[in-house]
Amino acid sequence: MSVHEQFAEDLALHALGGLEGAERAALEKHLEECAACRRELEQLRGDLALMALSTAGPVPPQRARQRLLEAVAREPRRAAAPSRQRWWTLVPWVAAAALAMGLVAMWLQKSDLQQRVAGLENESAQQQTELQRAREVVSTLTATDAMRVTLVAAKTPPQPQGKAIYVRDRSSLIFLASNFQPLPPQKAYELWLIPTNGAPIPAGIFKPDAHGSATVINPPLPKGVEAKAFAITAEPESGSSVPTMPILMIGTGE
Amino acid sequence: MGLPCNPCQAAHPYFKWKEINCLSPTELKGNLTDAAVLSAIRSGDENGMAALYDRYSAVVYSVALRVLGDTGAAEDVLQEVFMQLWRNPGLFDSSRGSLGPWLSVIARHRAIDGLRKRRPETDIADVVVSVEPDLAGDAERARAMEKVRGTLGSMPSPQRQALEMAYFEGLSHREISAKTGEPLGTIKTRIRAGLLALRKAFAT
Repeated sequence: MSVHEQFAEDLALHALGGLEGAERAALEKHLEECAACRRELEQLRGDLALMALSTAGPVPPQRARQRLLEAVAREPRRAAAPSRQRWWTLVPWVAAAALAMGLVAMWLQKSDLQQRVAGLENESAQQQTELQRAREVVSTLTATDAMRVTLVAAKTPPQPQGKAIYVRDRSSLIFLASNFQPLPPQKAYELWLIPTNGAPIPAGIFKPDAHGSATVINPPLPKGVEAKAFAITAEPESGSSVPTMPILMIGTGE
Repeated sequence: MGLPCNPCQAAHPYFKWKEINCLSPTELKGNLTDAAVLSAIRSGDENGMAALYDRYSAVVYSVALRVLGDTGAAEDVLQEVFMQLWRNPGLFDSSRGSLGPWLSVIARHRAIDGLRKRRPETDIADVVVSVEPDLAGDAERARAMEKVRGTLGSMPSPQRQALEMAYFEGLSHREISAKTGEPLGTIKTRIRAGLLALRKAFAT
């Protein structure tokens, strides 16, 4: 897969954060549509990361470690809900008799606020729970030490299987592969999104592990493409922009 | 000694089932994968942060120090980068790159922002880094470091200079062109060629 030459130098400058104005806007627009250039940008960032190693040597003072770990301890992940400031307790109840009408109004207001705060707390707790559940799911899906088991009818020899879960509106794709055959060195499997209109779109490159399993999580995809099917081909390990025949596996929506 | 583990997490059925309640002091010094360290951080285990810090603080600090030239400011960047990951471990997507290189790229972004006294310009959740060498082990990092220095040392001086000005001083190609008196196109070409030379050194 080749990078568009007219953007090749700008990609390097963009990775460095040195591209501005119209040049940056033009490149970003192109990146939305071009998987090859997005991949090249990721590669260039990798090259920049290597550049960081040229200066590695100085180590931070011990106090920096202590400072970080103290800050971490002060911010436990599951922070308690912020305490409510009971400003209303400062109301001078001794003057209650003289201010009866005003206090009734304040009491009503307080009840309303308490209800709202309670509602927000419930909502926040629910979101925390959902977030935690989502994190655990992703963590399990991507764990390198996860056991992946494909169940089939008894006495059936294991078959390669791929499961793609795609949400068009979010351009979100999760792909799970099992029982895939190893490929020769320099080769990798490439997943393709086959749109209802237009050419197949690269949707991630993967190599199965020793057990034939692999995962692709949210590869870069153009926004909102309707998928007719997903397919898999064998490609050079850097990936291709056009599928190389034959199609090894294909599946349409359920 | 590791930090005490958060008891509410240790009691979580998931961790009991996995029998990995917390990272032990041995594990902290051992050969845990980045994925295992991140998994501990995601579950709120403070020892995971200690392990991550011990593995990558030198890379993050070095790049920040080289950019900023000030130990205090470099420590601030170090603190900020690691705390961002603690507050939101989901910022790093392990399916889209390696942790060490990602941290170094984020550290450079933040240091350059600090140098230019500007608000952070890059959304770190969008930064995807693709790099071949696995930098999780001390030996791998040392080997990669030696190779990078060798490659930079063998580059023509103007090419290395352009790359270092762009990388460590955060200068744009226009600023480098103005500073060196070289044509803009030449600077662009040198920067890209320099980066590709680094990539090539690790491809063989």
